Amino acid sequence: MTYEQAASTIAERFSGVTVETGAPLIVSVPVDQWRAFAQFAKESLGCRFFNFLSAVDWKDGGLEVVAVVDNLDDNVSLRLKTRLAPSPAEAGHDEAPRCASLVPVFRGANWMERECYDMFGIVFEDHPDLRRILLGDDWQGHPLLKSYAVDTPHPPYR
Amino acid sequence: MIDTAVQSQVAIDYSAGERLTMNMGPQHPSAHGVFRAILTLEGETVVGVDAVIGYLHRCHEKLAETLTYAQYPSIASKTDYVAAMTSEFAYVLAAEQIGVVDVPKRAQYIRVIAAELQRIASHLLWLGTWCMDMGGALGGGATVFLYCIRERELILDLFESLVGARLLYGLFQVGGVRYDLPDGWPQQCRDTLATIEQRLIEYERLLEDNPFFLARARGVGFITRELAEDVGVAGPLLRGSGVNFDLRRNLPYSSYGDFTFSVPVEPEGDCFARYRVRMVEFRQSIAIVRQALDRLPDGPISSRPALKSVAQIRIQKGEAYARVEGPRGEVGCYLIADGSPKPYRMKWRGASFSNLSVLPHVLPGHKVADVVAIMGSVDPVFGEVDR
Repeated sequence: MTYEQAASTIAERFSGVTVETGAPLIVSVPVDQWRAFAQFAKESLGCRFFNFLSAVDWKDGGLEVVAVVDNLDDNVSLRLKTRLAPSPAEAGHDEAPRCASLVPVFRGANWMERECYDMFGIVFEDHPDLRRILLGDDWQGHPLLKSYAVDTPHPPYR
Repeated sequence: MIDTAVQSQVAIDYSAGERLTMNMGPQHPSAHGVFRAILTLEGETVVGVDAVIGYLHRCHEKLAETLTYAQYPSIASKTDYVAAMTSEFAYVLAAEQIGVVDVPKRAQYIRVIAAELQRIASHLLWLGTWCMDMGGALGGGATVFLYCIRERELILDLFESLVGARLLYGLFQVGGVRYDLPDGWPQQCRDTLATIEQRLIEYERLLEDNPFFLARARGVGFITRELAEDVGVAGPLLRGSGVNFDLRRNLPYSSYGDFTFSVPVEPEGDCFARYRVRMVEFRQSIAIVRQALDRLPDGPISSRPALKSVAQIRIQKGEAYARVEGPRGEVGCYLIADGSPKPYRMKWRGASFSNLSVLPHVLPGHKVADVVAIMGSVDPVFGEVDR
């Protein structure tokens, strides 16, 4: 499996997905195909190594979930991205952005998605155990959002 | 902090008996830091694990958005403070990839020397603390620890004469390194390597001829190849599970392609396999440092002029994911630059974070005493887990 083969296989199988050729392949996936694409990458492209999952806050442009998966045998790396709605703090409502969880595909997504929920408030649907991981359970807000100032006051420890 | 009602437990089949919830940590000597495991026990057997982390969380990712490309490298060393050199390495590589910054050959070699010496120092600390965790089985426990610390001191002395600091260095900067090798340093380095190479043989005799050590390390804490890849564990854990992957060879960065070295792989996946991988890595690192010293080119150590202000380095818009093979596995820095002197976003992939997340899948079925041996063989550094 080379990068060219991977790119052409993706183009055949998924029509809504855009691929930026190069090394690594940067693949933009519609949010409703997120888990299906991860499954496909694992099974058909041999990307069984779950590297990391995180997010980027593009303010008005919404939240972007980023995941890297690797095919260690052929040195092929995919950087998967999907766009969600802006965070509630940015958009002025209280509906959390949602994304399908990758835990049914990669067990390594468990802690990564918990961290992502902790830092960005993204709700991963079907995650078996979605709660904060690095911050305390009584923490208010999600620090890596751009709307969260570095000097945000928080309630004193009890 | 944890509501017991929502604790996650890995359920395994059991027919009768009483369950006990036992707290381990956060101040447990074998945790090598602040890590709390809430173990569910049946007799002496672990049936469920809930890991609580975050005690050392400083939100490096937010911090990096507030610091410039000149300031952050010396803070990056505080993520994995046992292998500070490789943390700095990942950050500057990411910035250089986006900005297409050239790095002089001499600086690349000095980076490789520093990173490999760091790997030896880090593995020494791992070996010592792991053997101390397994305690009495090794004739007093602290023996191997003190031997290893003695050798680690020699490497810290080298770093001290190179940088002036012993734990957190600030050697790396965008475009090169901050300091050149002082006079007499290469010879001191060769002498140190010769000493360590000799002493490694002593450690192996001490450990591998010891039936108690073998009983505690062999056949304990299996990580299958499938589990290792699925969870994303890296470094010695991945290679100890039979995956032949090393970033230094598979995706060479910073002149690693110039050196010949082998990548140890052990298929068994138990604690002993991980121990063997690291013992061979010691030798390979020594070989790489020797080759780099032999062929060290002359020339400048940085492609950038000396810094006059912290906001001097600007990097064009773009993103990059730099991957470095640290002592604990893949240290990754995903950086997004927006053209200003500070990054827009930085994601730190801590090798220890991924490695530690395999524990809830591995511990169930083992005795409590084995939890200590398995945790030690994973070699987590909590500065990197919590970031």
